[in-house]
Amino acid sequence: MARIIEKKQLANKINLYVVEAPRIARNAQPGQFIVLRLTEQGERIPLTIADYDRERGAITLVVQEVGKSTAQMALMEPGDDILDLLGPLGTPIEIKKVGRVACVCGGLGAAPIYPKAKALKEAGNEIVTFLGAQTEAMLILRDELSAVSSEMYYATDDGSLGSKGFVTGPLQEYLAAGNQVDEVIAVGPVPMMRSVCNVTKEYGIPTIVSLNAVMVDGTGMCGGCRVTVGGETKFTCTDGPAFDGHLVDFDELSARQRFYRKAEQVSMQEHVCRIGLGGNE
Amino acid sequence: MSKRVEAIKQDPQVRIRNFDEVSDGITSEMALAEAARCLQCKKPACVKGCPVEVPIPQFIQALKDGQVDNALAIIKEKNSLPAICGRVCPQENQCEKYCVVGRKGEPVAIGLLERHVADNAAKTDAIPEIPVKRREKVAVIGSGPAGLTAAADLALLGYPVTVFESLHEAGGVLRYGIPEFRLPKKIVDEEINYIRRLGVDFQVNVAVGQTVTIDELKEEGYQAVFIGTGAGLPYFLNIPGESLAGVYSANEFLTRVNLMKAYVFPKYDTPVRVGKRVCVFGAGNVAMDAARTALRLGAAEVNIVYRRSREEMPARAEEIENALEEGVNFICLSSPLRILGNEQGEVVGVVCQKMRLGEPDASGRRSPIPIPDSEFQIDTDTVIVAIGQGPNPILTRTTQGLTVTKHGYIVADENTGATNIPGFYAGGDIVTGAATVIAAMGAGKRAAAAIHEYLLSKSNATVSQ
Repeated sequence: MARIIEKKQLANKINLYVVEAPRIARNAQPGQFIVLRLTEQGERIPLTIADYDRERGAITLVVQEVGKSTAQMALMEPGDDILDLLGPLGTPIEIKKVGRVACVCGGLGAAPIYPKAKALKEAGNEIVTFLGAQTEAMLILRDELSAVSSEMYYATDDGSLGSKGFVTGPLQEYLAAGNQVDEVIAVGPVPMMRSVCNVTKEYGIPTIVSLNAVMVDGTGMCGGCRVTVGGETKFTCTDGPAFDGHLVDFDELSARQRFYRKAEQVSMQEHVCRIGLGGNE
Repeated sequence: MSKRVEAIKQDPQVRIRNFDEVSDGITSEMALAEAARCLQCKKPACVKGCPVEVPIPQFIQALKDGQVDNALAIIKEKNSLPAICGRVCPQENQCEKYCVVGRKGEPVAIGLLERHVADNAAKTDAIPEIPVKRREKVAVIGSGPAGLTAAADLALLGYPVTVFESLHEAGGVLRYGIPEFRLPKKIVDEEINYIRRLGVDFQVNVAVGQTVTIDELKEEGYQAVFIGTGAGLPYFLNIPGESLAGVYSANEFLTRVNLMKAYVFPKYDTPVRVGKRVCVFGAGNVAMDAARTALRLGAAEVNIVYRRSREEMPARAEEIENALEEGVNFICLSSPLRILGNEQGEVVGVVCQKMRLGEPDASGRRSPIPIPDSEFQIDTDTVIVAIGQGPNPILTRTTQGLTVTKHGYIVADENTGATNIPGFYAGGDIVTGAATVIAAMGAGKRAAAAIHEYLLSKSNATVSQ
């Protein structure tokens, strides 16, 4: 059991939770994740650790309502307990001084990027952040990312803030203007990471992506999260979740992510019905 | 000599429609008749075949005398998981293989008797008396058969024991691997609850090596550690198409169904997709479990694809028999070359190559040799790769100085489980590679005894009461 001690709505259907987890907070590193389960019948779902506070013994999770488990999580409040919480899992990303790092975030991707940006900044790098979402109200962790970035660029699908369109737009302009970037970290939906990688490949900039593959245990036991990287099979949970984006087979990743979509809809339907009938769960 | 008893089983056509246990065991009358076949050898060969040395003639005698409860107490002197062992031990290669009755006829059905005793003794919360309480804390990492046995034995010796498990429920392979129809999870719960009553503390959701390191456990005051993390890393064939959607490792497939209860989706949230046609690669017990699970999930056609012949299959004869009865097809002497996908990236077929058998290889089995120009295709919606598992690296890679083999197994003394680090012991599949439940239990038992000796020598036995 892990107690939720704070909850804050960041945007429509996106909540931030601070969860009591002293052991996880003690060993967490940027780039790692947790697996949680909310009910006896629940799925095990992986979520990136968006921040950690060793002294307080707490970790931060940012959760977007996309399926049944995350919808259930949206109903949880401070004082509620998460039934099962396992972590920190995965291999931390390498934090070293390379110069200027561009952090490119699509939607919820800002949450996994934040601890990396913070650590890279502490290691002496200059951080330039490209933050994209559907609309201004959906841009999350703006203040947190601004605090560690020397420059912020925004992109929204509707043009409500920054350039209109995908976040790759301002990144491309930035690079085309001749700005030196030594490394790119891109986290977001698969199509977004894929197009960022296409851009950075042209410029020969090393690019790290963080993958959200379907997984069960999160400890290397099921292999459900395998992904092909540079022709080799890797497990997202133990070898990743961060990989060299120029080597990832995104088509395969998309196919594997789509595989349970129908079942997820059935699950969600059942949840909606139950809430509808039973009121507030 | 009368005939050996046979278990009462659910009809194959009925059981492939449910997840209930296939075998109902034997009745009390059958058990008494079977117990009467035991010769009560003065020097029982059967016991030598048992990795945990269950006093077999003694428990059978108690059963004969109508003392089922006493029979269970006798088994539990050596084996804390009798209802599990009675179900999943390969007795034909162990106790029953050495049974003297078996020299001229069929051996005594020791496994069925053990199960009968475990299932029929009066349910009680009583535990054996633990004569001393000791201070030295012991950490057990992994709650599979090796860890559970080590924990139980150490608790009986009076040690405070904490078992760390990375999943949300204890039991290891008993929980995620072996299906409900072969080992009901209620049985696993009951046997783990017994170990809990011995005073063992179970901490789930702790991946030692990630959540805490072994070195941190030492700082937390654990004076000895038993590592029983098993062989949880699934192997793949490394053939094209193996990461298409619809290709599962047996571990993933079985974990979704057993641990996460995908067979009652959407009552439970975790889904599994099986389709109409399923191919399982491999022919060990795990492959049989996966094939039979697929049938129960509604697959119309399940094929086991194996590169050798029936003779060489590593699965227990009983499990092969069960699979055949249930309608699993065996496509032998065939080796998968590549998996085919459609434009959505989902599996549609497997291309295999025919094989013939050559000379015996290092494993003693005749080695398969490809037959040129013999490719053929099997249409399938799902592929389950069940060709074996290796050691999970997350613990070993964060434990400084622990000696492992080039394949990642922990190097440990066969008799004591001692590793190269004083106070660190290991046993079960993480040392030997994938083997049996009872072999892991034997290793846990020997390591518990060695840990006891180690702690006694180290601390001059701090008995607190």
